[in-house]
Amino acid sequence: MPNSSKIMDKESIARALMRIAHEVLEKNKGVEHLCIVGIRTRGALLAERIKECIKNIEGVEIPVGILDITLYRDDLTLIATQPVVHETLINFDITDKKIILVDDVLFTGRTIRAALNALNDFGRPANIQLAVLIDRGHRELPIRADYVGKNIPTSLDQNVKVILKESDNQTDEVVIKQRIINE
Amino acid sequence: MSEWTRHDLLDLKELSKEEIEMVLQTAKSFKEVSARDVKKVPALRGKTVAMLFFEPSTRTRVSFELAAKRLSADTISIAISNSSLNKGETIIDTAKNIEAMNVDLLVVRHSCAGVPHILAENVGSSIINAGDGCRSHPTQALLDLFTIKEKLGKIEGLNVAIIGDILHSRVARSNIWGLKKLGANVTVCGPSTLMPVGIERMGVNVSYNVNDVIKTADVLMLLRLQMERQKDKFLPSIREYAKSFGINSSKLKDAKKDLVIMHPGPTNRGVELSAEIADGKYSVILDQVTNGLAIRMAVLYLLLGTKEQAPVSG
Repeated sequence: MPNSSKIMDKESIARALMRIAHEVLEKNKGVEHLCIVGIRTRGALLAERIKECIKNIEGVEIPVGILDITLYRDDLTLIATQPVVHETLINFDITDKKIILVDDVLFTGRTIRAALNALNDFGRPANIQLAVLIDRGHRELPIRADYVGKNIPTSLDQNVKVILKESDNQTDEVVIKQRIINE
Repeated sequence: MSEWTRHDLLDLKELSKEEIEMVLQTAKSFKEVSARDVKKVPALRGKTVAMLFFEPSTRTRVSFELAAKRLSADTISIAISNSSLNKGETIIDTAKNIEAMNVDLLVVRHSCAGVPHILAENVGSSIINAGDGCRSHPTQALLDLFTIKEKLGKIEGLNVAIIGDILHSRVARSNIWGLKKLGANVTVCGPSTLMPVGIERMGVNVSYNVNDVIKTADVLMLLRLQMERQKDKFLPSIREYAKSFGINSSKLKDAKKDLVIMHPGPTNRGVELSAEIADGKYSVILDQVTNGLAIRMAVLYLLLGTKEQAPVSG
């Protein structure tokens, strides 16, 4: 196995999400017009957790949506077979809302670019703010996060993996792995 | 989920159960796109889809065209009445000429069975069979499977009765292939003159009495009586057909409560089914049309996946 190191554990992930929830509330001065949209798969799970944090702080449930960005990817013509398309579930009107867009890892920024285009097709939000658990650098587009769980400087041959109990059936953690290069 | 590797969609006979389920799953995601205010996603931007319909069609052609447009592909529709085929060009030449303009996918309907297959062998563009003769109509069967699954939650173990002109029906053949693969019990029912010899070799039960079939059925799939083919005297009269095989409320008194009635359209009201049934609580005819769009979006999306191997990057 290649080198792999744990950089966040269950507790530190929970603390980071709680802090992000506080920052969101502080910056937006409460929950008015606020809603959360998570990017499939792990962004959607983190969105649900941030909603729970906000509920614990303010006692209010804010709407949460799930965005699948597959159809908006800029590499659809480059990859060998079409990626599986999942459902987008945004059951509320996003027009004039303040949207907290949530993803697990911010890397090239291309996923976020796709998500911004997708949201545009759903309406005209008042603003969109970006929350990510990990920012690993190496942006290829002019995109930055408003709320970051942890900044981790990485090299391009590393993989950052966010593991969550809902999707991976094991204890929450964030690990960095050296990518295996065979050729 | 397994990977989609097919280049053409010619009939359901060649698809595996997993591939059929993959199309149904993908269509479920696409159904949501058509419910949005902005009914368009950029997935197939820059791709071109041509409709080659050598037979009249409204529903299927419009459905394919809208599906392609909602995925941001460009579409052209070739009306055969004013094309070069009237000047003596062969179908293969027509298709090759369209391909020479870098069209990525051809949707083909023809009154002769096998035309889409011949084109698939001779041109490099992807081919979707939108109905060939009495043989196959794969996207219709896929949308029917999708609709059954949506309404009844499953397909395996259901009793599905296909009623009407089985002999001339490509919808029936495609549905039998699809339904059997997904584990349904299929019964075909119709007048003996419209029942193909040896149909039971496809793994179906054969019945000539619609009342027997209705009692146990979970799904009734009615087929259009193809009036244009009745000049060959398959039936004593349309009226007699309607009396024996047309579905009306008195025939349905012993039917299951959650029966689903389907029809691929266009319906002949008063022949295959009465107006009250067509507009009644069992009918899912318009759901079929809505789902058809989602299925065709899914098929276009899957087939237009490119062939060059390149790594996936996040």
